[in-house]
Amino acid sequence: MKLNLLKNIYTALYRIRAVEEEIAKKYDEGKMRCPVHLSIGQEIVSAVFSQIVKKRDFAVSTHRSHAHYLAKGGSLKRMISEIYGKETGCSNGKGGSMHLVDLAVNFMGSSPIVGNIIPIGVGLGLSANIKNTDQITYVFIGDAAVEEGSFYESLNFACVKKIPVIFICENNLYSVYSNLSERQPMNRDNSKMAKSIGVNSQSCDGHDIFKIYQALNQAATQVRKNKKPFFLEFSSYRWIEHCGSNYDNSIGYRSEKEFLSWKQKDPLSKIRNLLLKKELTNNQLIIEEKKINFEIKQAFNYAAKSKFPKQKTAFEGEYAIK
Amino acid sequence: MQSNNKKIKFFEAINFALHAAMIRDKKMICYGLGINDPKNIFGTTKNLKNKFGKSRVFDVPTSENALTGISIGASINGIRSVVTHQRLDFFLLAMDQLVNSAAKWHYMFGSKMNVPITIRLIIGRGWGQGPTHSQSLHSWFSHIPGLKVVVPSNSYDAAGLLYASIFDPNPVIFLEHRWLHNIDGLKNKLTKIEKLGKSKIVKKGKDITIVSISYLTIEALEAAKFLEKHGISCEVIDLISIRPIDWKTIYRSIEKTGHVLVLDMGTKTGSVASEIIANISINIFSKLKSSPTIIAMPDVPVPTSFGLTKNFYPSTDTIITKIFSIFGKKVKYNKDLFKHSPHDIPNKFFKGPF
Repeated sequence: MKLNLLKNIYTALYRIRAVEEEIAKKYDEGKMRCPVHLSIGQEIVSAVFSQIVKKRDFAVSTHRSHAHYLAKGGSLKRMISEIYGKETGCSNGKGGSMHLVDLAVNFMGSSPIVGNIIPIGVGLGLSANIKNTDQITYVFIGDAAVEEGSFYESLNFACVKKIPVIFICENNLYSVYSNLSERQPMNRDNSKMAKSIGVNSQSCDGHDIFKIYQALNQAATQVRKNKKPFFLEFSSYRWIEHCGSNYDNSIGYRSEKEFLSWKQKDPLSKIRNLLLKKELTNNQLIIEEKKINFEIKQAFNYAAKSKFPKQKTAFEGEYAIK
Repeated sequence: MQSNNKKIKFFEAINFALHAAMIRDKKMICYGLGINDPKNIFGTTKNLKNKFGKSRVFDVPTSENALTGISIGASINGIRSVVTHQRLDFFLLAMDQLVNSAAKWHYMFGSKMNVPITIRLIIGRGWGQGPTHSQSLHSWFSHIPGLKVVVPSNSYDAAGLLYASIFDPNPVIFLEHRWLHNIDGLKNKLTKIEKLGKSKIVKKGKDITIVSISYLTIEALEAAKFLEKHGISCEVIDLISIRPIDWKTIYRSIEKTGHVLVLDMGTKTGSVASEIIANISINIFSKLKSSPTIIAMPDVPVPTSFGLTKNFYPSTDTIITKIFSIFGKKVKYNKDLFKHSPHDIPNKFFKGPF
């Protein structure tokens, strides 16, 4: 992997992590008055994705979408403002953390109803076919979405109608507090299930950046060319509670030991060390990191200073006028 | 909008509007289970594929929920679609996409995107359609902010309103009662796009306002004709739009007549008729000369048996009897005049498919 690519993945990863750590740090202030679902610990797929996706491609996601939105190039200050419920938010305060959008970069929305976003992504793919463009639609989902009927329906449709969609499943083992073993057959490989529906697929270690890069790159190249759907499943693990800003290993649904075993796989410090071993100095990296920290600080200031939307706007926008 | 005197059946009017819309919008798509099969959704999608090609008019997997989400996804990238389901009942599998996404997409993303989709749902009746093939759940849709709900009762409005629904920038539920499909009406030439959200007075009158929905308008007009001969002049409002509701037209009529009967082909509890009566009572109570009244479906599922459906549906004579009672009139008349025979098909020429 070229140095520049590795560096870009690192800075993307660092940025997403730092944004969400800042959200977690400030969450108890009570100014972000909506549920937040943080990706801390499982951002690497997004970081790599940011280096593969084209601006013209579409992406949609779930309730846990901060990382995907940022990786697609979504405006940071508008996302933070949205979480603060401000008029400068990307959804003008109507959506909150669970409904992010940035049309300037074709991040077309996120939905917190499990499985809901999958057919919407397929519809975007269908529209690309009708308009005869080479756009790929990326659909981010979690492991629980695989249990929904919409997953099967959407993969089946995408396969039959040859829709250029890449489904990216980040399997973090838990649906809220419910373990995968309670929800899916032991040792079932979901990529094999997708394959049996007729969709090309691959399972991948979601902590190994080289494997992630290879898998995403191969899928993108293939889908761009053959216009057929692709399903990717990455193993991952969220460090923080399902919804909120705290660690919750003590409440009894998973163990500290399990958490630590995943945490030691964290690619952030590994990639940093790799960069240091190559040609970058610690100072060079610190400069990059400080730039990002400054951008984040500015985004939070922007959100804090922005106004709440006018109350009357709550009653506007039921219908589009034209 | 113009019409000529040419007669056209309701299903042909739907077909005509679909053709016109696909000509007007060169990227619009049209899909649904069986859309290109030999029956062409009761004839409504005939020749569309031949004319516009299989990339715009296509059959699909039996996946109601995904099909709805797919239309949403396509619409936010500027592709309008008309999605058809042969029964409303089948579409219940798609309530997540309809309610959580289609209805809210515009609002919840700060008005940045539109969802111009039209969902055609057909309401069944007769020939033993029974509990799960003949539900009129229009009140469910009317409850959801962000949706528009349209229920035409004649060929002219079916064409005009389908055309308007397709070019409306919002998700529209377009409800077709199966018993309307073969009724003749005026041909709408679709010279302009109508505005959704308006009701129509289909018969003027001065003594009582009848507000009716979809197929019941046919029965209401027949009842009005009979009542006219007995000295009761009915004003019949075809509701047409269930969300939003055209309150002005309803209130104005009741201010004139002072009496109101609302007809609903859904079950009574939580019905559109109840909503209308509630608003009349809240807003123009003082104009009422008698209690506002509802005729709706009984609060049980629809049975299947020929024997059980015999006097199950509200019909012309139910309306006549109710209105006579509102005016305290005791009139003896031959109810058989208004009975369909057999009762479970719209007329004796109707041979299905159902």
